[in-house]
Amino acid sequence: MAVSTEAQHGLSDHSHGAGAAIPVSSRADHFASFDVDAFEVPGGREEIWRFTPMKRLANLHDGAPATGSASVEVKAAEGVAVETVQRGDARLGVAGTPSDRIAAQAWSSFTDGTLLTVGKNAEITDPTLVTVTGAGVGQVAYGHLQIRTELFSKAVVVIDHRGSGAYADNVEFVVGDGSHLTVISVQDWADDAVHVSSHHASLGRDATFRHTAITLGGDVVRLTPTVTYTGKGGDAELNGLYFADHGQHLEHRTFIDHAVSNCRSNVVYKGALQGEGAHTVWIGDVLIRAAAEGTETYELNRNLVLTDGARADSVPNLEIETGEIVSAGHASATGRFDDEQLFYLQARGIPEDQARRLVVRGFFHEILLKITVPEVRERLEAAIEAELEAVGV
Amino acid sequence: MATLEIKDLHVSVVTDEAPKEILKGVDLTIKAGETHAIMGPNGSGKSTLSYAVAGHPKYTVTSGSVTLDGEDVLEMSVDERARAGLFLAMQYPVEVPGVSMSNFLRTAATAVRGEAPNLRHWVKEVKGAMSELDIDPTFAERSVNEGFSGGEKKRHEILQLGLLQPKIAILDETDSGLDVDALRVVSEGVNRYKASGEVGVMLITHYTRILKYISPDFVHVFANGRIVESGGPELADVLENEGYVKYTGSAEAAKV
Repeated sequence: MAVSTEAQHGLSDHSHGAGAAIPVSSRADHFASFDVDAFEVPGGREEIWRFTPMKRLANLHDGAPATGSASVEVKAAEGVAVETVQRGDARLGVAGTPSDRIAAQAWSSFTDGTLLTVGKNAEITDPTLVTVTGAGVGQVAYGHLQIRTELFSKAVVVIDHRGSGAYADNVEFVVGDGSHLTVISVQDWADDAVHVSSHHASLGRDATFRHTAITLGGDVVRLTPTVTYTGKGGDAELNGLYFADHGQHLEHRTFIDHAVSNCRSNVVYKGALQGEGAHTVWIGDVLIRAAAEGTETYELNRNLVLTDGARADSVPNLEIETGEIVSAGHASATGRFDDEQLFYLQARGIPEDQARRLVVRGFFHEILLKITVPEVRERLEAAIEAELEAVGV
Repeated sequence: MATLEIKDLHVSVVTDEAPKEILKGVDLTIKAGETHAIMGPNGSGKSTLSYAVAGHPKYTVTSGSVTLDGEDVLEMSVDERARAGLFLAMQYPVEVPGVSMSNFLRTAATAVRGEAPNLRHWVKEVKGAMSELDIDPTFAERSVNEGFSGGEKKRHEILQLGLLQPKIAILDETDSGLDVDALRVVSEGVNRYKASGEVGVMLITHYTRILKYISPDFVHVFANGRIVESGGPELADVLENEGYVKYTGSAEAAKV
């Protein structure tokens, strides 16, 4: 076993500040239920809510009834089956159980769910595009989406969130044995939007899951991707890129639950912040249970603070219940522009604004590189350029 | 004809406590066609001179002047200085993750030349320049200096020197950490650059070794923040034999 400890346990560049990073209880004890009433209405002091601006959640956490519905449009690649399903469908709810009140509320409140199935052995290279458009300004909507890849299949799905209103949903990824699912979830909401979303991935034996979250727009976005394994050899990578402007709250809470032996996980989230009140939160929980021998896991979060008045919280939590693992590590760092990098670029004649853009682009490069759908990558590159233009960075 | 004129330059560095004066009145004029070797013991302020001329924010010029062809360099931003024709080959080139060498070189060339180089010619130009410096073509797609060895970084500094063709080049201990082969390759690169006779070179070094490959016209001894002695190439031989002891009062070898 080797526990790599770049940047952990007080050796280096992130601190377990204010005693915050040490969970009061094991992540294994977190409550989960499909029943919304089994959860107390959170007040904001609870560990899992303490970073979230509760007042800006449009009461999603306090039983806000649906007043509209989000439109879900699917452009399915050939070979991907699309169905509209109801809550009673036995296939739903298998990838994970809601672990906070809003997720349970979404489970109890959605009317029509969307289910995509990629059949056994089907290898589909064309991306399937799911566009979710909010119900509109001042509206509240709930949703449910499930993507299943059956034995040895392969697929790429882009989930594109846009529009206005408050939206809470559960997204399930049932990644079958030996299958390979790539997901790109883009949160490119209008300025007023509130989005609270739980992504539940359940990986079968030798399944591969690639999940990239890109969060750019919205007033409050809180995304909770969870990965569980049901068989050996599961391999999950969670990548994230977020860019918070003035007043935006963008929160990502990843949880990798290693309960099965010989699985792998890697989490890389990178964020940039600019403007007064821009706030990002990254919570990276990894739990290696006693049975999960041979686990290999690493998680990393980096934040680039571009202006004064922005705040990035970054909290990696690694719980290890067995010593018989391959490796486990985490790293987190939040900083400003590296003056030496700027000096170097400028010393080659590159004007300061252009040099800053090069550095930010470079910072996000490794995440953007993982987006294998060219149209999506180009659009995101353009969106990031626009963000930088906005502040004159 | 390019001329860099440094007059009575005083420079301080901001430390945790009070500002500390490092350069204490440097006078130096470098004209096109000339190579000036600046030699001196560690901590004498040689690197500070190079950074101050390039405009590093850590250093504050408290008095004196620096002009390039009569233009006030100290009034210019870092990038303006580079576009005016100054180049600093750094002792410790900086890594810029996620920015490819080819993108960086093209962006720099566009800025310095004032227009984007013709793509086809540019690719050829870069390839040729890389091969002259024994740089593997795959480096073009790697992030700027990231994971490069010391020698690879120095070769890339000289690559930039060749592509950007500044009027005045300051080479800050470009020879440090190089093995003999790399030193030869890098020196040849510098010699190609100065072959036109229209550029000036400030060669900062601790050792005389590089002067066997790049012949200086003038040698200056730098100690305690200023030039304490100037002479021709023969001064390097004296330093090689006697070290800096005469200037510092302590024995420190000037040879390899």
